[in-house]
Amino acid sequence: MKQLTILSGKGGTGKTTITASFAVLAKNAVVADCDVDAPDLHMLLHPEVIEMQEFRGSKVAVIDKTKCIECGLCREKCNFGAITSDLKFDAFACEGCGVCTIVCPVNAITLTERISGSSYISKTKYGFMTHAMLHPGESNSGKLVTLVRQNAKILAEKENSDLIIIDGSPGIGCPVIASITGVDAGLVVTEPTLSGIHDLERALQLLNHFNVTPFVCVNMYDINTDNTNKILSFCKENRIEVVGIIPFNPQVTEAMVNGTTIAEYSPESNVTEEIKEMWRKMCLSLKSGGS
Amino acid sequence: MKGISMIVSVASGKGGTGKTSVAVNMALSVGNVQFLDCDVEEPNAHLLLHPNLHKTEPVYTLVPLVNEKLCDYCGDCSKFCQYNALFTSSEKVLVFPELCHSCGGCALVCPKKAINYEKHRIGALKFGSAGDLKLVYGELEIGKPMAVPVIKAVKKQIEEGKNMILDSPPGTSCPFIETVRGSDFCVLVTEPTPFGLHDLKITVQVLRNMIIPFGVVINRAGVGDKKVYDYCREENIRILLEIPYQRRIAELYSRGVPFSLEMLEWNEKFRTLYGEIRKFVGK
Repeated sequence: MKQLTILSGKGGTGKTTITASFAVLAKNAVVADCDVDAPDLHMLLHPEVIEMQEFRGSKVAVIDKTKCIECGLCREKCNFGAITSDLKFDAFACEGCGVCTIVCPVNAITLTERISGSSYISKTKYGFMTHAMLHPGESNSGKLVTLVRQNAKILAEKENSDLIIIDGSPGIGCPVIASITGVDAGLVVTEPTLSGIHDLERALQLLNHFNVTPFVCVNMYDINTDNTNKILSFCKENRIEVVGIIPFNPQVTEAMVNGTTIAEYSPESNVTEEIKEMWRKMCLSLKSGGS
Repeated sequence: MKGISMIVSVASGKGGTGKTSVAVNMALSVGNVQFLDCDVEEPNAHLLLHPNLHKTEPVYTLVPLVNEKLCDYCGDCSKFCQYNALFTSSEKVLVFPELCHSCGGCALVCPKKAINYEKHRIGALKFGSAGDLKLVYGELEIGKPMAVPVIKAVKKQIEEGKNMILDSPPGTSCPFIETVRGSDFCVLVTEPTPFGLHDLKITVQVLRNMIIPFGVVINRAGVGDKKVYDYCREENIRILLEIPYQRRIAELYSRGVPFSLEMLEWNEKFRTLYGEIRKFVGK
């Protein structure tokens, strides 16, 4: 079984559009939406939830005001500035470390597990999908990504799937790292803007750091063909395969507004053609690649 | 935060809606700005501002350093650590700096006083200027998972007497929260598409919980659908500005040109936007 992660560095370059179309084209894959704090894939694939799990990813300090003697030691020792001068606990700043619980001389503070999100196992008309929703403002998205990937793996093994397609989140930090570790290939979707190029380079460095084979797709390439050429020559120099060069097409947004994938909304469009070609190349590379 | 004129953060939930573009164009229209790019995973504001960089400073976190001479491998530190950053075997304590949140708890619980702290580099701060605008941005090192300490380091650079504009990373979890915490106002940039609206709604929930006032800028107006307008009306959220979808704006952005520099009518619009925020905040 192989695993492919779609990532981008920069947000809004078209990760989810491409992942959703791959999900339609794939014959026997499990799809995992690992953008857990702003998941969007479900709006195109319309999963029907089979199973829901609560996600307890972090803890938070809670103070019992009846025991508190207002000595202020907790505030003094907290490295996260989570306790205000009137000894109120700021749940947004608290990282659940537990230091306040051990310095409190009267044991007035306890760490409580909080439900920080939900994770789902679902079925779509294209196959199985695992996804999650971090509660607004919660932390520990990396742990939740790991849970979504574990669920996908269990499903894929049970269903004899040959591929897990993972939709990543923007950036290069903890949730992205959690969504690329141990995968067979990373497809970076970029756009021909200076920011797109800058973020592409950092995303490629990240893949390299974790020994993941990189592939590149230039989306909306005709917004700036000079920049597209820069990306192409950069990839050539660094021996990175560019598997897709997709034109700008307003139908992509129309498809999204209609809650469907571009592959289904406009099967004959130039975008769908290019995504199909990209999918074919990715399948070939994944088959021939080791691991 | 005495003497700070006003802190405005620009955020979005969904990535790629135009946060940096709005933040930069607003900053250039206002003047006397200190711009903090808090998207330390993928900082982009400097690609539009083209600053003269004059200083780089490393960002460290403090991680435990175990003195093996004093340690008796009791395991109290590993047991206490909520992040599994320490592992104690019968003859060694392993430290995983990437997992450490620098809470200081392991040293507090160690009965042998065997734990000190050492610096662990996770990123850098860059300082630059473009005209009268001062820019500070953070850069998380490749492979380091924790953006929040770098964001905190960027926010420590806040200068008195400046108009503060903070560019937030996408998403709705800790890096976003760390950025907007303490803001007087948050500008939410969205696009009129189902993805844009979905992620906007999550962001609005967070800001309401945090009691930070906010308003919406609709970017690429004209694409997609009208649902974001319905949502804002129903929720009583003020729409501060609409930026139409224009190929020219997209092309200027792709070349690293803030569009208000070429399309001068926007200069005034962004100044008005900032003025309205100032009136609302009352600073």
